[in-house]
Amino acid sequence: MEHEKKAEKMKKNDWLLLAVVLFAAAVIFLLRAVLGDQHPGYVTVRVNGEIEETFDLSEDVTAELNGGTNILQIQDGVVDMTDADCPDRLCVNQRPISSDGESIICLPNQVVVQIVSQDESELDAVAN
Amino acid sequence: MGRRAAYLGIFTALALIFSYVESLVPLPVGIPGVKLGLANLVVVVALYKLKTGEALAISVIRILVSGFFFSSLAAILYSLAGGLLSFAVMFLARKNKKFSVYGVSMAGGVAHNVGQILVAALVVETFGILYYLPVLLVAGVLTGLIIGVVANAMLKRLERLDFTDNTGK
Repeated sequence: MEHEKKAEKMKKNDWLLLAVVLFAAAVIFLLRAVLGDQHPGYVTVRVNGEIEETFDLSEDVTAELNGGTNILQIQDGVVDMTDADCPDRLCVNQRPISSDGESIICLPNQVVVQIVSQDESELDAVAN
Repeated sequence: MGRRAAYLGIFTALALIFSYVESLVPLPVGIPGVKLGLANLVVVVALYKLKTGEALAISVIRILVSGFFFSSLAAILYSLAGGLLSFAVMFLARKNKKFSVYGVSMAGGVAHNVGQILVAALVVETFGILYYLPVLLVAGVLTGLIIGVVANAMLKRLERLDFTDNTGK
């Protein structure tokens, strides 16, 4: 039985391990920051509360929604309603959206466009 | 033999209690899924004081029972992936004698988180979830360090308890 001789301090290798892991985390983090947000999420289009279409936020598209009542444009991760046949055109005048959870709503046509974070919804499922 | 079974039971029960306590007191870090891994303290100590198979059994039984008690089947899958990978890594880290308890525990913490995120990525079939990896690496190594400090203190106090001499094999 060794008395009080057990290593109480961290060995060199322990420090090394700690440093390597932290370094790896930093590198991945930086790579991610440099390469940009690879998974900014997606854009859901709801008509009457039901998801009709989904777009990738990273893809540039212009699409007709709800059979042509609204025109949606996604460019460089920014979502904008460019045209609508409704009388008030509030959705068209609304400023473009680009962050998770933001939405553009066209009430007369019952069209709701929302940015949803892919990662978040999945993480919640996992964490629970 | 009976005495040994009793020891294993106590270890497993302790690990279960730690799981339970941990589920009651979540770490206030605001990151989903990050926890201290108190139960791993028991596994680390078991790895040093008991036979490998026994330590593994404690870990697996702890995961299964606490999963059935406190969470869901899906959670068991994640826990098992993390637990098994963590155990394998800790076993290897201990075996090659290059690390102290701190290193073994840190490696275990990191492996646990990596195992979980990998299974999660496979299950949701999106590798976008790996986005979360840096946070989990840091969390794993830090929680592992904390567990290592406690395990080191425990092992020092348990030094005179030699479980391995109680059976012939």
